[in-house]
Amino acid sequence: MTLLSVQDLRVSFPDRSGGRVEVVRGLSFDLGRERLGIVGESGSGKSMTGRAVMGLIAPPGRVTARRMEFDGIDLTRLPEKGYRALRGARMSMVLQDPKFSLNPVIRIGDQIAEALEFHTRLSARARRAKVLEALEAVRIEDPERVARLFPHEVSGGMGQRVMIAMMVVLEPALMIADEPTSALDVSVREQVLAIMDDLVRRRGMGLMLISHDLNMVARWCDRILVMFNGEVVEEIGPGALHAARHPYTRGLVASLPRLDEDRAELPVLDRAALGAGT
Amino acid sequence: MIEVRDLTVRYGPSTVLHDVSFTVAEGESFALVGESGSGKSTILKALAGQVDDWSGHMALAGQPIARRRSRAQAAQVQMVFQDPYGSLHPRRTVDDTLAEPLSIHGLPDHDARVLAMLDAVGLARRFRFRLPHQLSGGQRQRVAIARALMLQPRVLLLDEPTSALDVSVQAEILNLLKRLRAEQGLTFLLVTHDLPVVSFLCERLAVLRSGRVVETADVALLRKGRLTSAYGQELLERSEGRTR
Amino acid sequence: MTTLDWLNDEDPATRVQARAGQVWRLARDLSRNPLAMVGLAIIVALLVVAAFAPWIAPYSPVEGMLTNRLKPPSAAHWMGTDELGRDILSRVIHGARITLYIVLLVAVISAPLGLVIGAVSGYFGGWVDRVMMGLTDIFLSMPRLILALAFVAALGPGIENAVIAIAITAWPVYARIARAETLTFRKSDFIAAVQMQGASHARVIGLHVLPLCMSSTIVRVTLDMAGIILTAAGLGFLGLGAQPPLPEWGAMISKGRAFILDQWWVATMPGFAIVIVSLGFCLFGDGLRDVLDPRQRSKG
Repeated sequence: MTLLSVQDLRVSFPDRSGGRVEVVRGLSFDLGRERLGIVGESGSGKSMTGRAVMGLIAPPGRVTARRMEFDGIDLTRLPEKGYRALRGARMSMVLQDPKFSLNPVIRIGDQIAEALEFHTRLSARARRAKVLEALEAVRIEDPERVARLFPHEVSGGMGQRVMIAMMVVLEPALMIADEPTSALDVSVREQVLAIMDDLVRRRGMGLMLISHDLNMVARWCDRILVMFNGEVVEEIGPGALHAARHPYTRGLVASLPRLDEDRAELPVLDRAALGAGT
Repeated sequence: MIEVRDLTVRYGPSTVLHDVSFTVAEGESFALVGESGSGKSTILKALAGQVDDWSGHMALAGQPIARRRSRAQAAQVQMVFQDPYGSLHPRRTVDDTLAEPLSIHGLPDHDARVLAMLDAVGLARRFRFRLPHQLSGGQRQRVAIARALMLQPRVLLLDEPTSALDVSVQAEILNLLKRLRAEQGLTFLLVTHDLPVVSFLCERLAVLRSGRVVETADVALLRKGRLTSAYGQELLERSEGRTR
Repeated sequence: MTTLDWLNDEDPATRVQARAGQVWRLARDLSRNPLAMVGLAIIVALLVVAAFAPWIAPYSPVEGMLTNRLKPPSAAHWMGTDELGRDILSRVIHGARITLYIVLLVAVISAPLGLVIGAVSGYFGGWVDRVMMGLTDIFLSMPRLILALAFVAALGPGIENAVIAIAITAWPVYARIARAETLTFRKSDFIAAVQMQGASHARVIGLHVLPLCMSSTIVRVTLDMAGIILTAAGLGFLGLGAQPPLPEWGAMISKGRAFILDQWWVATMPGFAIVIVSLGFCLFGDGLRDVLDPRQRSKG
């Protein structure tokens, strides 16, 4: 079943000479209750895609699409007010650095409860129970204690888990995670990904995992869209990363150092041949 | 070339390094591997003279490092930082940044040296008078490498020099570092959490955990996946998971 | 290649061309900000008026006819006359010189002083910071006018002493700003990099720290101009600043206060002058901040 359907999505910004630059150029994809990876390097338009779906591109940026439908709702015509009701409740976003996404002067438990207060009509006691349940769901061992802490009192990995708890407390249908683990240590990274994975399976969420890390995405996602210059250059099925055909994808895979590295020099992407502007 | 013995560093009440010892031979490339909080970056800072409260013994090219180092000794060790956006002065052009070490040390021929260095790090000459915000991450990191090499140091401290870069740009910078090391006979001390990068760029490595060296090994062992310490093996497994 | 191309070249060939291009781009960006241009126009007008005061002013600023006192604005006296029958327009025009003199001197003395103290304090931290900021806080905690008053009382009345007194009371704000700015980047990698190259502390502060504190301080100075003018006026009112018959704007307002209900123009006209000039500095300062900050520029 299709949860999100996007056709011919375009995002553009004004440039200095008065024209417009397209950072996302005619993107189309469908997302069901699955894990979709979007991979690309900086400037590929991957983050802009996530933000466009969330309705977070502010003017002068401009979003157009032939079709952008989320669970039967036409997002292209949705006014900001409708988006606000949707964001958080039905679709939510996890960002790279929890430090910038959490309010530093509000206790963690209260921040999560605030989202519930805004979107639901639960009693204070029911809200509290929900908060603890959400913290438990992201495998925080002592939810009572963590709920009383301030964001600066927890580690990066814990902060990111709190962020995810905040997202999932409302049980959204779609979660967009934009580089959710790149600020974290390798060991914590795996845990955070496993938690998100678990949520997708158990609650039947759709997950859009946006990252520059090809290997990570390849391991955690059902399908991967490889973006380059605002376009999808290739779609890769599960476990088929090394069978990628597009020169860009192949170039990316080849340019990664390996653990048993014996090459004297790493192959470098030939950007000119790929037709990139800069 | 680098000798560190019983290095202990304290930040206020907490000790971040406990009796760390290792040596790096001239022309060798040595990696310090560990997770955040392992103290690996602190070792670089101590060698760079950016840490005040340390005890133990550190020497460069046989010369013990004093609390107040001379200008000549400062020039021997230079550093490349992790974040290409925070490591360049936002108001100074590439030219300013590269000429600054020359004027500090009263060296002549600014123009010729700056141009030669731009060529060496593969940065087009037309970027010479750009400000950092007009450059991409990879270009900035090339400038940072050029800046570190202006004084012709013998040791380069690399603090996760590619972890903030795109994969394809990382390959370019790693190739550049490898080539520069061969050309100029540099000694590298690389801090990273990325084992494949160690495998590409280094000959030996030390694994750090909570401010202690748990293992020092040859990169050949790393390539074969045969680190001896339990923690080293744990890091390997995670890295395997990551690259497979 | 035309001069314009030479200036606009994205990839300059020489250091001179690069600098000229930077200044040119700065000026161009500034000229695209209409409010900043209004501010600049006001400041330029002030400069012109101050420079050519004797030729522009229709009457003498100090001599008046007592038979002509307190006349409302008319064709002969556009801004009316004061209680001694002097032409207010002429006094306002000549007052521009005094105002400019005070404002510039105060800025030239207090801004660099505050900048250096703040930057040094923020850069070294520790006990240097505590001592210097303690001192700054002592100055900050006292009302500015009272402090200036105390200094003038000690130094003796007169414009020069008023300037010194105001400058002494104005620097702590700049020191605070410079320190706050310095703290945001003193641990940054680019500062560490120059330290590692063997640069002396003086060099790091002078060439690397101070330039980054400049734009916020410049903005603050321009926004403070109004306050400086008013403090000078306050001192004048108390007989400790500009001495009569000097046509200092603040002193003129103070004098005019006695007639404010019946002869409004005596106090209002110099008041207008102060408002307009202060506004000019504020608008220009705001525009300047927008173009001086390269981070903001790249976003535009």
